[in-house]
Amino acid sequence: MIHFILLISRQGKVRLTKWYSPYSQKERSKVIRELSGMILTRGPKLCNFVEWRGLKVVYKRYASLYFCMCINQEDNELEVLEIIHHFVEILDRYFGSVCELDLIFKFQKAYYMLDEILIAGELQESSKKTVARLVSAQDSLVDAAKEEANSLSNIIAQATK
Amino acid sequence: MSGTGGPSLIDSLFQRTLDDLIKGIRLHIPGASQSTFISKSLDEIRREIKSTDLQTKSIALQKLTYLHSLHHIDMSWAAFHAVELTSSSSFIHKKTGYLAASLSFRSSIDVLLLLTNQLRKDLGSNNQHEVSLALECLSVICTPDFARDLTPDIFTLLTSSKSFIKKKAIACLLMVFSQYPDAVRVCFKRLVENLESAGDNNAQVLAATVGVFCELATKEPRSYLPLAPEFYRILVESRNNWVLIKVLKIFAQLGKLEPRLAKKVVEPICDHMKRSEAKSLVFECVRTVVSSFYEYEFAVKLAVEKIREFLMDSDLNLRYLGLQGLLLVAPHHLWAVLENKEVVIKSLSDVDRNIKLEALRLVMSMVSDDNVVEICRVLIGYALKSDPEFCNEILRSMLSTCSRNVYEIIIDFDWYVSLLGEMARIPHCQNGEEIEFQLIDIGMRVKDVRPELVRVGRDLLIDPALLGNPFIHRILSAAAWVSGEYIQFSRNPFEIMEALLQPRTNLLPPSIRSVYIHSTFKVLSFCLHSFLLPEEGVNSSLIKVDDIEPGFTYSESEQEFTENDHATSYSSMHKGDTFTQESIVNVLTLVITSLTPLTESHDVEIQERVRNVLGLAQLAQEEICSHHDQKEKMVDKVDLKTSTIVRLINEAFSEDLGPIPFNAQERVPIPNGLVLEDNLSNLDSICADVQLPINESFSLIKPTFLPTDGDSTSNQQNEEDSEVSAAESTSLLAEHRKRHGLFYLPSDTNKKASSSFPPANDPKQGDNDVEDLVKLTEESLVLKRKPNLSRPRPVVVKLDEGDRLPITVKKTDENDDLISGAVRDVLLGNEATSHSNNPSGRRKGKSHSKDKVENSETSSSSKRRSKHRSHGKNVEEKDENSEKSKQKSGGRHKSRRRADGHIDVAVQKPVIPDFLL
Repeated sequence: MIHFILLISRQGKVRLTKWYSPYSQKERSKVIRELSGMILTRGPKLCNFVEWRGLKVVYKRYASLYFCMCINQEDNELEVLEIIHHFVEILDRYFGSVCELDLIFKFQKAYYMLDEILIAGELQESSKKTVARLVSAQDSLVDAAKEEANSLSNIIAQATK
Repeated sequence: MSGTGGPSLIDSLFQRTLDDLIKGIRLHIPGASQSTFISKSLDEIRREIKSTDLQTKSIALQKLTYLHSLHHIDMSWAAFHAVELTSSSSFIHKKTGYLAASLSFRSSIDVLLLLTNQLRKDLGSNNQHEVSLALECLSVICTPDFARDLTPDIFTLLTSSKSFIKKKAIACLLMVFSQYPDAVRVCFKRLVENLESAGDNNAQVLAATVGVFCELATKEPRSYLPLAPEFYRILVESRNNWVLIKVLKIFAQLGKLEPRLAKKVVEPICDHMKRSEAKSLVFECVRTVVSSFYEYEFAVKLAVEKIREFLMDSDLNLRYLGLQGLLLVAPHHLWAVLENKEVVIKSLSDVDRNIKLEALRLVMSMVSDDNVVEICRVLIGYALKSDPEFCNEILRSMLSTCSRNVYEIIIDFDWYVSLLGEMARIPHCQNGEEIEFQLIDIGMRVKDVRPELVRVGRDLLIDPALLGNPFIHRILSAAAWVSGEYIQFSRNPFEIMEALLQPRTNLLPPSIRSVYIHSTFKVLSFCLHSFLLPEEGVNSSLIKVDDIEPGFTYSESEQEFTENDHATSYSSMHKGDTFTQESIVNVLTLVITSLTPLTESHDVEIQERVRNVLGLAQLAQEEICSHHDQKEKMVDKVDLKTSTIVRLINEAFSEDLGPIPFNAQERVPIPNGLVLEDNLSNLDSICADVQLPINESFSLIKPTFLPTDGDSTSNQQNEEDSEVSAAESTSLLAEHRKRHGLFYLPSDTNKKASSSFPPANDPKQGDNDVEDLVKLTEESLVLKRKPNLSRPRPVVVKLDEGDRLPITVKKTDENDDLISGAVRDVLLGNEATSHSNNPSGRRKGKSHSKDKVENSETSSSSKRRSKHRSHGKNVEEKDENSEKSKQKSGGRHKSRRRADGHIDVAVQKPVIPDFLL
């Protein structure tokens, strides 16, 4: 099972975090500090696994972003690498050659996509097409709701309440 | 318009959006200005979130979620607003609310209860995306309360026609089970059904189900043995690598429990290994085989072949995993490691530190008593070449491997001790503490190695360059202690004295310097003894055997060296020439001149010890110099006051120190009238202004320090009236020895222990030697494999109980027990009934998890399904009922389960093989 996911930029800025195991706020900051110190300092052409506090962190760098997932010792590292790649491909397909800025400004979108790929720390959908379909279906729901909220009559109704 | 505190319409219209916030944060440089911007935005958010306009509220919450997730801003205060948004009819608000909840809610939040109803509503929604949101959120924030209240809703979703919902509900179950084990009784059967009905084009549902079983089985595999046939079918039929990897993990657990199962699955696993292109699956097969099915030669051979491919790959990831695979093979098939020895050794100098570490672990796994010398030689070479961090890693693993089980693999302790000395000289060495411990530990445990130990200690002490390196101060401390304690083995005590007193010792921290000074004291008393009473040193054995003076005994080791050992007896003769009047006078002058300045030291330990040494030295100097002219000093020497004192001191030091068991403290009888558990709260006020000593010197030598306290009084007094003080000092010393004997010699309360470590002045010394001899011959018989062994392994003193701290056994989680108990109930309860009902063992494999009613039913499958559904409802209702009367039935419930568990154990064995074979 995946304990948590971190996206860290090369400068050590956190871009996305999702915790599937319980960590307190204090622990979370500590974990991020520790891991970014460990992973960002590793050279470019090294292996993608680091051992950490009896667990294993699988990470991979795409452009300026490090995608890190923390798993148990006995979990399959290569499988997790594939999950990371899967996630990146889906992001890429959605944003159209994704870059760090996309994740910064559309942070909630990234979460929604992640939630379609993983649930309770397990992979739930291995088809990129399905994820894309689900996310766009939700997008249209959101757009519909937005339109309604932004309609003039709605604003007037709010103002005169 | 909203109330006075709330935001105005203008605020709503010109609210900063999430984009504005992010841009703002990016504009401000990290540091003070950014944090002021964030706190300003937080104030805005606090205001906006109170708005009655859900749109404004939603944007505020979104911004807050952003700040929480990426800038670690606390948002527990906004929990209520998040719950409020989840109840909105607008999808976007609901989504924002759920995102905030799943990212920030923790079980401690008190508004959680408010969410239960909303979750229930959304779980039952017609909009599958709303259901998905609720499941998503529940899978993260699930608490026992949620799990209990929502189990029926999730149970319904398990049969959802939409696989999109079904798979999420299944994944959610894992959290629900772990929070509320009783949910297993309700949902488990449907979970198993999903495993069986995998064929119907529903890969994701199967993957989710297998994922849940994989997690459950890693916690407690035994309960899932009855499901083995299902897993086997998936293993053979499935072509989905994600699923196969999980199933392999399950079999890795089950195979350990049921050997017949292993026989059955090993073939298909090998097929996957040969066939698959996916490295992740191949590696999982390898891992499963080498960790659980290592008895199957052909499978292991294939696995090792694959490992070799990994090791030869250019991809560092695969190389890393290859090494890990080897590490798993090592315990049962060392040949696999030896076959790939070159790769492993080469990996020690890999660019990647992780690979190096893995290789190091492998190398350590190869170590045995035959090759430890060779391997350590290679490793020391690598340590010298490596970066400091890895160098220390190497040293650390060498030290821990060699000292495992009280130096089990070390045959030649002389070599090992010199290796420890060598380690100390490695420039980056930071393992001073461990080396210090081992040097002293070996000194106390292994008598035969003491001469070599003293030689190693001398080499370290004599080198002034080492004193400048703070990392090895601890080692020097051990060297100093060893040289003092076993000075009789030294070829040149004067040299050691000079080393201990060299000017650069002022670089040492006080605690270690005091060890140096105490060693000086021992060396000095030894020199004086050898000079003043040489005949006692030589004839000690005679004295001993005749038992002329009761209580006056020499340590066993000393006796040995005078009697048996040629080399040392040579040195003792040599010593006779060494201890001339002149040399002794020189030593005394050296001691006095170099230690006198330290009497003013700020450190109490140092001051105290220095005064002890000076007391003895000055007394001796006075007397020896005054007798300088007299020719017939041999007669006089014995009568000197110094001689008396020196004899007494030497007596005190001659007793051997042994290793201390960790439970020594417990053996100390509690004196009458001492209440150990008395409240010491008032101690704080007393000790408030007393500074604790910064660095406590190692506990093992403490017993030796303490006797000097007795000396010190005598030394300072004895210029006035030596007769009294001498007698006093003996009694004090004897007293100390007696008392501290408890700390390092087993008391007679434990007979067993006392036989394992004979005290030095045991009257039955002769018998002991015979025993030692027997032990030696036994050991040499055991070590028959090494014919080239030049000499037998020396006796290593071991304590019966606890040489190191006892390892606490990890207890399994109580929750897991509950889950597996419930699982067993569900699975085996059915097993037992269906077993009696169904005469054919083969058929049962298919239908074992269906209940009794269904088994007797011979109608079509569709009918069965509907039947089952209604049965499921029954279960649900029953569960609700039981919930209502939970308080009452809880106890009964449990006892029933326990009773079932007992039956299960008996039932399980005969049941499983039927559908496996």
